Amino acid sequence: MTVDANKTSAEVAPKPDLVTLTIDGTEVSVPKGTLIIRAAEMIGTAIPRFCDHPLLDPVGACRQCMVDIPDAGNGRGFPKPQASCTMPVAEGMVVNTQRTSPVADKAQKGMLEFLLINHPLDCPICDKGGECPLQNQSLAQGYGESRYEGLKRTFPKPVSISAQILLDRERCVLCARCTRFSEQISGDPFIALVERGALQQVGFYEQDPYDSYFSGNVVQICPVGALTSAAYRFQARPFDLVSTTTTCEHCAAGCELRSDHRHHQVKRRLAGDNPEVNEEWSCDKGRFGFMYGRGDDRITCPLVRRDGVLEPASWPEAIDVAVQGLRSVGTSIGVQTGGRLTVEASYAYGKFARAVLGTNSIDFRSRAASAEEAEFLAARVAGRSVDESVTYADLEGAKHVVLVSFEPEDESPIVFLRLRKAVRNNDLRVTTIAPFLSRGSDKLSATLIATAPGAEAAALDGLDDLDSGTVILVGERAGALPGVLSAVAAKADATGARVAWIPRRAGDVGAIEAGCLPALLPGGRTVSDAAARVDVASQWGVGSLPSEAGLSADEQFAALADGSLRGLLVAGVDPYDLADPATALAGLEAAEFVVSIEQRASAVTERADVVFPAALLEEQAGHFLNWEHRVGRVNTVVKRPMSPMTDIRILAALADALGSDLGFRGSKLAYADFSELGAWDGERPPAPTVEAAPAAQGDLVVASWRELLDASQGNDYELALRATARPAVVRASAATAEQLGLAEVATIEANGTSLVLPVEVVADMVDGVVWVPMNPGPGERLAANPGSQVHVTAVTVVEGAEA
Amino acid sequence: MSGHFESHFPESGSVDYADQSTNIDETTIDELRELAGRYPQPRSALLPMLHLVQSVDGRISPRGIEACADVLGITTAQVSGVATFYTMYKRRPAGKQHVGVCTTALCAVMGGDILLERAKKRLGIDEGQTTPDGQISLERLECNAACDYAPVMMVNWEFFDNMTPQKADELLDKLLADEEVVSSRGAVITTWKEAERVLAGFPDGRADEGPSAGPASLAGVEIAREKNWKAPAADAKPAAPEQEAAQ
Amino acid sequence: MTDLLTPVLSEQWGTPNSWKLARYEATGGYRAMRKALTMQPADLITLVKDANLRGRGGAGFPTGMKWSFVPQDNPNPKYLVVNADESEPGTCKDIPLMMATPHTLVEGIIISSFAINSHTAFIYCRGEVLHVIRRLQQAVREAYAAGYLGKNILGTGYDLDIIVHAGAGAYICGEETALLDSLEGRRGQPRLRPPFPAVAGLYASPTVVNNVESISSVPSIVNHGADWFQSMGTEKSKGYTLYSLSGHIKTPGQFEAPLGVTLRELIELGGGMRDGHELKFFTPGGSSTPILTGEHLDLPMDYEGMAAAGSMLGTKALQIFDDTTSVVRTTLRFVEFYKHESCGKCTPCREGTWWLVQLLMKFEAGTAQEGDVDKLLDICDNIGGRSFCALADGAVAAVTSAVKYFRSEFEQGYHTPAWELFPYEKSALFAAEGDVR
Repeated sequence: MTVDANKTSAEVAPKPDLVTLTIDGTEVSVPKGTLIIRAAEMIGTAIPRFCDHPLLDPVGACRQCMVDIPDAGNGRGFPKPQASCTMPVAEGMVVNTQRTSPVADKAQKGMLEFLLINHPLDCPICDKGGECPLQNQSLAQGYGESRYEGLKRTFPKPVSISAQILLDRERCVLCARCTRFSEQISGDPFIALVERGALQQVGFYEQDPYDSYFSGNVVQICPVGALTSAAYRFQARPFDLVSTTTTCEHCAAGCELRSDHRHHQVKRRLAGDNPEVNEEWSCDKGRFGFMYGRGDDRITCPLVRRDGVLEPASWPEAIDVAVQGLRSVGTSIGVQTGGRLTVEASYAYGKFARAVLGTNSIDFRSRAASAEEAEFLAARVAGRSVDESVTYADLEGAKHVVLVSFEPEDESPIVFLRLRKAVRNNDLRVTTIAPFLSRGSDKLSATLIATAPGAEAAALDGLDDLDSGTVILVGERAGALPGVLSAVAAKADATGARVAWIPRRAGDVGAIEAGCLPALLPGGRTVSDAAARVDVASQWGVGSLPSEAGLSADEQFAALADGSLRGLLVAGVDPYDLADPATALAGLEAAEFVVSIEQRASAVTERADVVFPAALLEEQAGHFLNWEHRVGRVNTVVKRPMSPMTDIRILAALADALGSDLGFRGSKLAYADFSELGAWDGERPPAPTVEAAPAAQGDLVVASWRELLDASQGNDYELALRATARPAVVRASAATAEQLGLAEVATIEANGTSLVLPVEVVADMVDGVVWVPMNPGPGERLAANPGSQVHVTAVTVVEGAEA
Repeated sequence: MSGHFESHFPESGSVDYADQSTNIDETTIDELRELAGRYPQPRSALLPMLHLVQSVDGRISPRGIEACADVLGITTAQVSGVATFYTMYKRRPAGKQHVGVCTTALCAVMGGDILLERAKKRLGIDEGQTTPDGQISLERLECNAACDYAPVMMVNWEFFDNMTPQKADELLDKLLADEEVVSSRGAVITTWKEAERVLAGFPDGRADEGPSAGPASLAGVEIAREKNWKAPAADAKPAAPEQEAAQ
Repeated sequence: MTDLLTPVLSEQWGTPNSWKLARYEATGGYRAMRKALTMQPADLITLVKDANLRGRGGAGFPTGMKWSFVPQDNPNPKYLVVNADESEPGTCKDIPLMMATPHTLVEGIIISSFAINSHTAFIYCRGEVLHVIRRLQQAVREAYAAGYLGKNILGTGYDLDIIVHAGAGAYICGEETALLDSLEGRRGQPRLRPPFPAVAGLYASPTVVNNVESISSVPSIVNHGADWFQSMGTEKSKGYTLYSLSGHIKTPGQFEAPLGVTLRELIELGGGMRDGHELKFFTPGGSSTPILTGEHLDLPMDYEGMAAAGSMLGTKALQIFDDTTSVVRTTLRFVEFYKHESCGKCTPCREGTWWLVQLLMKFEAGTAQEGDVDKLLDICDNIGGRSFCALADGAVAAVTSAVKYFRSEFEQGYHTPAWELFPYEKSALFAAEGDVR
């Protein structure tokens, strides 16, 4: 080396972690360790590729991304072109891509020719046609004609590798993105490369199909049409679809989705690219669970009860009847909002309850809950922004994560993926306080503190290595277990560990921020604080807000049942989700007047006096706040909706008819109103200090959570998705199973309900506990909250008995 | 010649699920566990474990895949990926005696092609098949590292060197008749399953049978002995550089 | 001058019971181990470096240097893996060595493991050689019984275990990273490098992978010294090695000679070509090394000599073909081998060998089209140097070198089947009846 022409600029430019190289004559500085293929992207050069995926480990298998490197940065070049997806940049490196190098160009063309010799020419009937990287790159960088005159490799096609995913081996280019995803990202290596050489193919084992909550991702990352989903197969051509970016409604993860519709019907959903949240992944529920509004149970017009029978009615009539009923019950009314609402819809309900109806009895928690939880939420969750919260990035950077009453793979699958990434890449240590090591926890290599539901506080107390590098993730199930949330708050205070509360439903954090709890006004303001009430009242343009304590959801149903509460306005609540479904149903029956704003017929609408049809999420715009308090945009996907009225418009119409003004009739103004209020700068109430109440020695208690692909209504009508659900079983330790005399099948009974399930003995499970899925099938739910006692008996199968 | 080229693969990708038969019992499972215990990380034992499966079931059986997956705590798909990668693992029952004929370039040219055709005719089966009585399975082999003995055949992975059509006929006849056959450079032929058991890591006590080396292996040594050629004495010094330069 | 043949490894191959420990010790076996265990590991590495022992598995990388790459400050265990997956067509030296004198290898492993501070070593032997595996298993058992393996070897405090591991049929496992994947119980597909095995090999721990012959050469170096080893061979290719002759010569077999012997000398030792026939072409070091012809008979068979001729020394496996042989036929069969053994991981190898086989079948059948030779070469150009590992380069070398020396023979494939040009029965070692094709 003699004179370095770039010396002057190099002296000025470099930050210590930047590497400067020249690509196609353009100098570019990129972080050390950047792969050449990504450095090229930074100057706008797309090097063709198939196996490369930024979120998967480099593999260098397809060899499509060959570039010429006349100087590797040491003055010497490579005699042959190199794969740019596996080679990191080096200072002074010179790279010539297909744009400037005939060698790279020929190498790439030759590779495409190889990939095409055995590829079927079935683009016209292939789902990928029109959005296919192989098709696109062949057009951009391939020969116009094939020189191949030999025989093409053929396989029978397609094969179902799961109920949802189909594999066409002829189309496969063996990039191994799918198998690497299943092994590296989701940890479900039920698909693997099998055979070898020209016969190599993606395979699975017949008895063990591709069982993964994340299986749809392999369809999305497949660079050809080899992997397709039963749900979307032959449904549309990509170029006929209209795409809308939106946020998933199925859980609190806050995934960005791309929703594709044709003729005003959603045909498929894809994971959006949001590096801060879901990266480029989604779970199968988020991807495939969009059919729930397509059933016969969809409510399409207002219903009014006439002579005890719900009948279709006009909007004016329904509003008249509703207003009459609401007027008659006055402030003796409760409002329940459920978990499906956007933050602005929740805000509308909150404002409607307090400013229009004049009650503080509002609760979003359509599930087992407690006063302790409400206090915890007011103290540690409400009135915070994403900047103050634990985030996905914090999980990735944490040293230690402790899971309390929380099964990420089932209850927040994208949190699971981020934890798994951190475990794999950053040596994150995960501890789970749970009855047994679930499949998800196993995939996180978690340390199990085997704990019966109700005993979590003691288990948490026993952890002596928490510090400021620790994050405690507590799930919504903790709310129904006395003392757990108190212990979480205390442990965090004592150790400096950070805490995140991760609810299951998409609308929950938004509902808290919107003030859908009896004691909470928007932005974390407390109802008990007079200044806060004045604050909100003035924003809302009302004289004052009610100051008396409101009723929680459970209290509302009890009060309705005993007649001390007269009316109910309810949205998105399934009584069977509640701790005490019987009381809820009794309350609905006993109520003087029930207004239901709902999308689909339910146990609530059946008992309502007026039912208003509400728009689906895909039919409206708004925002969700995910568990990090991060704002996610919900955009209108279907612009010709079946139910044009959103919750907000219905509430605004009711307010108008009641002679009040909600102040907005759409989401935009509602969000502006909500945002203007902002977070409260007042003092937060203290965290609760409730004593734990573990089960008595010798009691047999139930542990339970909702599995991702269970009988949740969000999964309805997508049969292939439901078919991939994990089979329902009852789990017990060997000792407990023996004590109960369990062999193959058991009956679990509680509160007049029962389940009959196959028995699975789990080696590391805590004794004295049986686990059952919380919602295994329609109408198959055990009315028993985690931690409560159940009765379990063995089912004896008579040998040789004829059916 | 060659000419064997397939392009449609109707049954590739896995083992034969239709045949669920198995002889794997608790003893086998214990032995699988023993193999897994011999390595610093248990999964390293997968290849030997699959050899053991073959020694018990005469093929890679579905039960064998499941047992390996179970013992190692990996998925059946992962085991399947390995079992279908290596050519020594058979998806259909191999014969009591497994015969291979090398037809990689050198052996093919020296007569391997002729031997394979002859064996097919003699046995009435194609390569990759087993005689209906289950006695002999036939395989076209790629190079078996005995090129100085070409053309080469193998029985249960024992060498049969410098084969001729006559020798091949005799060999096959004896195998068909269950008569004793001895490898040119190895032991008395037992069965393919017993061979697989040795490969799995359970010796059969036959290491001392057979010669130390065949004639071709000794070709150079014998010339050296005749001519009294030897490696230099222990105190030899490197050749001077100029000498080398002169060469 | 050294003698034309210098048997060191093969010296005892013909003696009765040469595979037994007692016999091995009676001829000086395990002396080197005793000496080595009193030395400093670093000094052993220096010794092997000074001897300039180069890897005998094909690539010729200096063995001592490979050992010195093992980061001794890495907290993980270190591993020695012996590559006994001898599968390269033409190569047949390690198999007789392990069959006849497995203790040479075991002793070499003990010394080499001690040098790199490894306490677990593996012999990854191809599975299709039952009797070799029997002899290896027994040799290792004997060594344990004698206290040469296991805990506290000979009271030195050094521990070593050797695991004899049988492969299951995959040429690609001779590639060291594929071998490591296979040894981890996976599909034997090559790994991305870096990291190199010396840093992150077996179980992501520092690992040395050496060929059988390389490791087996170590005891003699310890016994006799680096100078002794360097007294054999040429300027940059030192020591003795096993040359394997096969094909159309009168006495094929193993010939242990100093590096740099010529093919002419070797053929003479092998009794010359078959009567009435002449040399047509040969592979100097297995089928992955470009073929050479009679014009290369007097080149030194060392790393530099073969590179200068546009080929490689490889495994010194000389497959010798005479004038009865169709080069189109052998080329097809070589490429079929690579197609059969391609692991499938990368596109050019998986698809390219699939294509090449079909095209070469046309040449063999005399049905290739005008211009197909250029197409053949262009496909080779698109494969060579573009694949993940060197396997496909072997296929390409077979084709391009054959076309280089025998282009007209390929062009005859436009109209005449190879079996008409070169009746196949004439190449066989025995008279065949009937139609050979």
